[in-house]
Amino acid sequence: MKSSAISKQSLSSNVKQEKTQQWVVGIILAIGGILVSLPFVWMILSAFKPESEVMALTPTLFPQEWTIGNFHNLFVNMNFGLYLKNTIIVVLWSFVGLFLNAMAGYAFAKFEFKGRNQLFFMVLATMMIPGQVTMIPVYLILNQMQLANTMAGIVLPGLVGAFGIFLFRQFMTTIPDELLEAARLDGASELRVFWQIVLPMTKPILAVQGILTFIAGWNSFLWPLIIANDESLYTLSVGLQLLKGQYGGNFALQMAGSTFMVVPIVIIFIIFQKHIIDGYTISGMK
Amino acid sequence: MKSFLANKTPYFFIAPAIILLSLFSILPIFVALFISFTDLDLVGIADWSSISFVGLENYKEVVSDPIFVKSILNTLFYVVIGVPLVIILSLAIALLINFGKARIFKAFRVVFYMPSITNVVAVAVVWSYLYNPHLGLFNHILNLLNLPDVPWLQDPIMAKISLILLALWRAIGLNMIIFLAALQGIPKTYYEAAQLDGANNWKQLTKITIPLLRYAIFFVSITTMIGWLQFFEEPFVMTNGGPLDSTTSVALFIYRNGFQFSNFGYAAAGSFILFIAIIIITLIQFKIQNKQQDY
Repeated sequence: MKSSAISKQSLSSNVKQEKTQQWVVGIILAIGGILVSLPFVWMILSAFKPESEVMALTPTLFPQEWTIGNFHNLFVNMNFGLYLKNTIIVVLWSFVGLFLNAMAGYAFAKFEFKGRNQLFFMVLATMMIPGQVTMIPVYLILNQMQLANTMAGIVLPGLVGAFGIFLFRQFMTTIPDELLEAARLDGASELRVFWQIVLPMTKPILAVQGILTFIAGWNSFLWPLIIANDESLYTLSVGLQLLKGQYGGNFALQMAGSTFMVVPIVIIFIIFQKHIIDGYTISGMK
Repeated sequence: MKSFLANKTPYFFIAPAIILLSLFSILPIFVALFISFTDLDLVGIADWSSISFVGLENYKEVVSDPIFVKSILNTLFYVVIGVPLVIILSLAIALLINFGKARIFKAFRVVFYMPSITNVVAVAVVWSYLYNPHLGLFNHILNLLNLPDVPWLQDPIMAKISLILLALWRAIGLNMIIFLAALQGIPKTYYEAAQLDGANNWKQLTKITIPLLRYAIFFVSITTMIGWLQFFEEPFVMTNGGPLDSTTSVALFIYRNGFQFSNFGYAAAGSFILFIAIIIITLIQFKIQNKQQDY
């Protein structure tokens, strides 16, 4: 009787202790979270401030006078509309690359053919090559192909990637062979099997890869910077870099440019974050 | 006819990817090796006959180039400070998030992951503003706390640390997710058994969690180290290597010699040295990891 009362008491003190610990951890994470988000908050709020307010020596968090003049300036006086168009073209092409990755992953997963293992090993080996080694030769190769300073030159080198092929292969090996055989017996062509059976079954990985592809395409910076000499081919991040050089002192304008680059990605990320974060678990990154 | 088609199908599916990878990943390695032995420059691109074979001249020259040596030392600074910080912070945040039971803890994953997906130029622009000595928020906050200004990007040592802070902010998210995935893979029964034996939280962490996370820690340390060895965008956009080349990384050195000075042969030699360094460091890490697994 007595002992059960004691254990009850210790249990309730355990629960209490547990609760306090949860609160402490929550508060630590909240403080960290505020620190981590501070640059975003500062960027977005500064983008809506007039230049004079951004240059004020005592900064205020919220704009005293809200303005969209900075965004207006980006599109009217700077070529941000054009950069946006180029960025969207790059993103669309990167989805073509995603499709090519899926095709290659499918063949590596579901077909026996001569040289399969050697070719797959070669694909994996390309993951280890640092970008700094290939960037000069790739530039020279594209230059030789008369593709320097063209949209093709911007998109071709990054179109396919070993990591994407690898993930598609891993996932597609789990598709049962019988399903593909049945479709073939019904007279479906190989492309149709791929398009109507394999791709729909690959949806979870397609979602993750699709979002990551979008983010990578939207953010693409170094390669367009190297290969595009002509301002008409600049992507948003190259344009923003140019803006930083030309209007280094105008922080309000720069913040507007940055906000314009970051906010769409953040919105897409928040909508799809569950897929991305869970996707890392699917991809077997542990 | 049918079997002939069936044999061709896989090649049709892999052809685009294989051709593109060969052309833009495999072939360039050999091209880079070749041009690192030549004096290829802007004139050489237009007129191939003006290129001459210089043997190891580029390699000899680049290792005695004071800026290259400085960029190697800077890169080592980034690696030595940056890698442990990324591992400790992302692991700590993953552990805290994993510890939480309320729904709000899922939201923290998103908050801490957010910096990883943002554009490096946009981020560099924002941080340049935060680091600004007169207008920046950071110095303003320091002043509010009665602390003196910090010369964030003006002092040679401080500038490196400022770049590390920014890169750290961007790197935590992805690695935190990797650790979280690994944490969720640890069977709960281990902890239940330990609790029955009266092990406290700290004991459970050091005796169960950390040892079982060894593979994840290894993975993160390898990828982070390779990432820091190729550190480029932050110094390029924020400081352009300054002040006095104190933030120039090896990757930035290669970019500058290749695309700003058009000394392609010279830059290729620098890039090969970086490549070999990455391979050697990765192999050493694998060796150490294998030794640890022995006991």
